Amino acid sequence: MSPPGLLFATLGLAALSAPFMTLAANRIVAGEGVMAWAVTAPAVTLPGVAVIGAGLLLGLPSEWPRLRLAGSVLGLGGLLWLLMQGAPQLLEGAGDYARVSPAIGFWCLLVILMLLMADSLARMAPGPLARGALLAAVTGALALILWSGVLSQLSILQEYASRKAAFADAVLRHLALAFGSLATAAAIGFPLGILCHRQFRLRGTILPVLSFLQTIPSLAMFGLMIPILGWVGDRVPGAQAIGIAGIGFAPAFLALVLYSLLPVVGNTVTGLASAPPAALEAARGMGMTPRQRLLRVELPLGLPVILTGLRVVLVQNVGLAVIAGLIGGGGFGTFVFQGLNQTATDLILLGALPTVALAVASAVVMDILVELARPGSGRAR
Amino acid sequence: MIEIDRITKTYDGVNVVDAVTMTAETGTITVIVGTSGSGKTTLLRMINRLEEPSSGEVRINGMSTRATKPHLLRRRIGYAIQGHGLFPHHTVARNIGAVPKLLNWPKDRIRTRVDELLALFSMDPAQFRDRLPAELSGGQQQRVGVARALASRPDLLLMDEPFGALDPIIRARAQDDLRRIQKALGSTIMLVTHDMEEAIRLGDRVAVMDSGRLVQHGTPAEIIARPATTFVADMVGDVERPLRLLSLIPLSEVVEDGPATGKALPVDASLRDALSSCLWTGRTAVPVERDGAVVGRVTLDAIRARAELRA
Repeated sequence: MSPPGLLFATLGLAALSAPFMTLAANRIVAGEGVMAWAVTAPAVTLPGVAVIGAGLLLGLPSEWPRLRLAGSVLGLGGLLWLLMQGAPQLLEGAGDYARVSPAIGFWCLLVILMLLMADSLARMAPGPLARGALLAAVTGALALILWSGVLSQLSILQEYASRKAAFADAVLRHLALAFGSLATAAAIGFPLGILCHRQFRLRGTILPVLSFLQTIPSLAMFGLMIPILGWVGDRVPGAQAIGIAGIGFAPAFLALVLYSLLPVVGNTVTGLASAPPAALEAARGMGMTPRQRLLRVELPLGLPVILTGLRVVLVQNVGLAVIAGLIGGGGFGTFVFQGLNQTATDLILLGALPTVALAVASAVVMDILVELARPGSGRAR
Repeated sequence: MIEIDRITKTYDGVNVVDAVTMTAETGTITVIVGTSGSGKTTLLRMINRLEEPSSGEVRINGMSTRATKPHLLRRRIGYAIQGHGLFPHHTVARNIGAVPKLLNWPKDRIRTRVDELLALFSMDPAQFRDRLPAELSGGQQQRVGVARALASRPDLLLMDEPFGALDPIIRARAQDDLRRIQKALGSTIMLVTHDMEEAIRLGDRVAVMDSGRLVQHGTPAEIIARPATTFVADMVGDVERPLRLLSLIPLSEVVEDGPATGKALPVDASLRDALSSCLWTGRTAVPVERDGAVVGRVTLDAIRARAELRA
């Protein structure tokens, strides 16, 4: 018996007895909860509920991780089945503005089943390639579900349907903010880190400054950028022409870059220092130039630590970029703050869920890269 | 030929190495021995300019080491250190091929050389070529470290306490290997150690350092028989001296005709081995054999005659 499996089953069965979906008269008002077995005719719902229960029970035996993985997939299938069957049924005759959304029971079950999946995968310890394939499979399945339109009557997808162009724009903006600031921070941070590694005194100055930047609360940082870049945009000729102004993309981007510098520089310094002293002495003794020592010994040995720094930055920036929405920087944050203003929960989710998915996918990809960079992992080539 | 000419290194007004002059012939092993802080490692590191001498100069085959850029000089000089210093992220083959690669050897020539060296160090190339250093035993790592230092057929091999991290049995084997390989390749080696036993065992010449000065430079037999200072005598150890002397003399030098019983010793064994055998089995003479045939004997009296103080 797997202890986490037991916990998941208990919590899952409890979550089944919470409202599974809500039906509201329009997108603003609070809705009324509907139980999982009541979303449509019992002949349709009961098999769905049974499948979810069976999935949770399959998560119990600890010695068969594959069975537990199958259980989580089965359970998720059950959730999807109930959603796609329930949504049109509930909306029928409920009025033109009626909205149907997943409720607390659904979200709890979703989290529990994903935890079960993660737990069983952790036991199977898949290699980097298998993890990449898994990520692709999950992404593909999700894309297929959304593209097929079976869930299009859910409120969150209704919000999407009325903002298709804005959403596509937000995706591009968010990616530009997160990855652009990462690339810029890396372009500045690597040379700075190498310089700090070479010169001890410089390290004593730069790292505390970057640590200080990191302690500024993110809202304050975005706020501070407004007067600073506003001044630059007003006074420096041509600055406005390339988009530098107090609000918008530029201040958000700059704030993210500043936040990214400490992890990049800090991990570069730590990574470069991780080469064994005897190996460096040998490298010098055999006639490697400082540049060759850096490229052939220090950088390859430090790469896992340096990439770990980039992973921290990427996940952090995907999340922080949401706040950019507050100062007109675009991205998924736009929907989150619009939703907050309109008290439209589903609009908030339209901003939040893609952010979470992007952060998780980034973390998985970066983890794979870190693992591939470890000594010996590439020897199968 | 390596000529060290009045070389001095000064740190904060203190001469860590003080006007050391010595010459090492091509194809020999010179062991620099001293206590810690004697300046022996600094002396070694000035030869490949890991430390720049404060004054004096080193000439390799007549050419001053100042004539070349340090990194180019070092590619011509092998360097092996305690704790091997292998690159943990490179395979055995890439480690050994590191200097040839710096010298832009073609790939197939590097590969041939790597296999040749692995075989020379009794490591099967097919089995070890693609392993990472972490997958080797301590003795194997050390051998790969020395193989790497020898890879480009350097004019000179510098070794800084290369066997310091090995246990006694593996160390003895590594020393025998080094002797054998040095003879086979005709390499010129300068080796630093704090262990007089190792110095006597390996060195054609032994240089004793004390407080930055070279206090004696001679054959192991000279060092044992006529220590120049009390420091050298202490390093050799009074109690051990006769035995150390005997360990340098092969049986072939004192073999004589006559009868002897019991287990025979080969002619290239040392008098120390013969003495040990006599004492242990209560004999006054041991037979000596060459290629399995008895060629004579060595008596306890003959051994004693060689062990007495020769002024």
